[in-house]
Amino acid sequence: MTALDQVVDGRRVVICAGPGGVGKTTCAAAIALEAARRGKRACVVTIDPAKRLADALGLESLTNDARQVDLGPSGSGTGPGELWALMLDTKTTFDEVVRRNAGSAEQAQAILDNKLYRNISGALGGTQEYMAMEKLYSLDSEGHYDLIVVDTPPTRHALDFLDAPKRLLRFLNNRIFRLLMAPTRASLRALGTATQMFLRTLSKVVGGAVVGDAVAFFTAFEGMEQGFRDRAALVSKLLEDPATAFVVVAAPRRDAVVEAVYFADRLRSSTGRVEALVANRMFPSFGGVPAGLAGAASATSSEGSAEGDGSAVAVLAQNLADFEGVSSREEAHLSELSERLPGTPVVRVPFLSTDVHDIEGLREIGGYLFGGEGGDGRGGER
Amino acid sequence: MSSEDTTALAADFRLPARVTIVAGKGGVGKTTVTGALAYLAAAAGRRVLVVEVEGKSGLSALFDHAEPLTYEETELWTPDRGLPGAVTARTLTPDDALLEYLEDRGMRRLSKRLTSTGTLDVIATAVPGIKDILVLGKVKQIEQRIAAGLEGAPDCIVVDAPAAGHAVTFLSSAYGLVEAASVGPIRNQAADVVSLLSDPDRCQVMLVTLPEETPVNEAVDTAFHLEDRAGVKLAPIVVNGLWPHLDLPADPTGLVGRLGLAPEEADRVVAAARFRRDRQAQQEEQVARLAEELPLPQLALPYLFTTELGLAEVRVLAAALASSLSALPGGGR
Repeated sequence: MTALDQVVDGRRVVICAGPGGVGKTTCAAAIALEAARRGKRACVVTIDPAKRLADALGLESLTNDARQVDLGPSGSGTGPGELWALMLDTKTTFDEVVRRNAGSAEQAQAILDNKLYRNISGALGGTQEYMAMEKLYSLDSEGHYDLIVVDTPPTRHALDFLDAPKRLLRFLNNRIFRLLMAPTRASLRALGTATQMFLRTLSKVVGGAVVGDAVAFFTAFEGMEQGFRDRAALVSKLLEDPATAFVVVAAPRRDAVVEAVYFADRLRSSTGRVEALVANRMFPSFGGVPAGLAGAASATSSEGSAEGDGSAVAVLAQNLADFEGVSSREEAHLSELSERLPGTPVVRVPFLSTDVHDIEGLREIGGYLFGGEGGDGRGGER
Repeated sequence: MSSEDTTALAADFRLPARVTIVAGKGGVGKTTVTGALAYLAAAAGRRVLVVEVEGKSGLSALFDHAEPLTYEETELWTPDRGLPGAVTARTLTPDDALLEYLEDRGMRRLSKRLTSTGTLDVIATAVPGIKDILVLGKVKQIEQRIAAGLEGAPDCIVVDAPAAGHAVTFLSSAYGLVEAASVGPIRNQAADVVSLLSDPDRCQVMLVTLPEETPVNEAVDTAFHLEDRAGVKLAPIVVNGLWPHLDLPADPTGLVGRLGLAPEEADRVVAAARFRRDRQAQQEEQVARLAEELPLPQLALPYLFTTELGLAEVRVLAAALASSLSALPGGGR
């Protein structure tokens, strides 16, 4: 049983973390597809899928509610498995949270109409990460799926994903503006000279309207902060649940390796489990230049002639040398990763000749993720 | 590749504008291109300032410099090291820019309180784009020192911009703020930034992409959005990671057979050749598609078959940029 077999068969939630540009979305979709092929009802939460992959999953536009993916005649394997997919819409998810937590329909509408609120999804860093986790929690609570696979937002650093949600909570918990909510002058005096000066300067700098908008937001939001905090605590518990697995996706570049290590260390210290490390887009190893070829290449170069077989031989040798150079470094990085993350299985996925943009492509990735390098016959180059 | 070689190649090099903003999606090699461009400018005798907007990039490692960049300028390449120019670098994150702006207006004592209470975030959310224009406002401040020929100013600035999706908002925030904000210091900043961005002598955006399907799609999208919403001039686009072309035989089996290799070795040689030819063909296809969908001159940077990049690689890439630029009609200007 491979590491990912255990993840798909034994867990309820899989979170794919890693830096941007390493193929996380594709891996997340491939894992969910494999679960479906094994008879499960699986849902993949995507964040920013490439257009053709989005089309393949039936996500032509932001579809915040999951839609079932047509796997084609041979796609679904045996059994009752289903693949569902959604593309996270941060703002819509936030709106749903507001509606659910508000004390009344009026309060909800006041917030949804508020100028500051409408900016948050776009302007406040970490909101997308927060809403991805919120969406996960909702889907899990609904109980429709056997497995939920979550893609995480493309950030420069894998760690951003863990830290980001706290930013929204801190925003909602802002003390200075909450103090302003009392309408009477007496309260303003009670704020203290320093705070008053601060607010006056702030008004001069950004305009009184801005301060007014902020006050209106916090006034409208009053009473809801606890709901957000409670929910955030539940999300944290879900992330720490033994049924939740983390899979780190990395490319064997130096910087991605460093990220992967930081992320795994950080997760470990907060009881998260990195069940597998996917080394994506690995160069094939062609094993270096065979002695016979090297000999022939140097023979022709010393003759100084580039006729007949000569130049072709040199070029064949150069090609192998090129691959060997990068392949050996990638292996070195992977060994380093394995040493730094003892006990975490490393799953290799080769550099494929085309982008993955259909169900067939996802199956090919799945072959590597679940069967080892072409091990179960479903893999292989195109 | 020595410093002398690069200096020779750089003789005619000119950066497209006083400020060059390097933009592209995560993983395409923006930081690498930023480093190569800075090195090339230094080889051409310029004092270059590199500004890192997201912080925590690998730029200092590229220059074999152990410490990460900070808000204070770090010298990455000093004139005594064999190039006629120099490279300094610093971070300028949006939080830093906003804090500095507020501190300049008498809120220094409260600046710690701003971050710890999350008030900074509230301001930034109430005035979306404020952080972006403050970063660009700071860049504009430095650029104006260049224009005025002030002592101690650099000759040019290279900005390593946020990753692509954010690059569009980063650069278009100023327009939104000019329209939305009423009179005040923020609106003035925004208006100044708009003047900077819309003047091709003062500022241009250099996109970076890979010769692969999704990156090309994203580059094309970003280019059109930038032109529409940010009104910036686009410099030639850098296509990074091009596998050097090897003229491999289409069917090497016969040739390999004549070499007397063991069957397993022979198979590997053939497989490697096939893989390379495939890859080269796909990259060429993507390069052609990029040219068709985005009518910008292209600068080619080779894939160096390595997993980590340092000074030696920066030199090679700087030289490649120089040749690629000089090969463009009009030298790319």
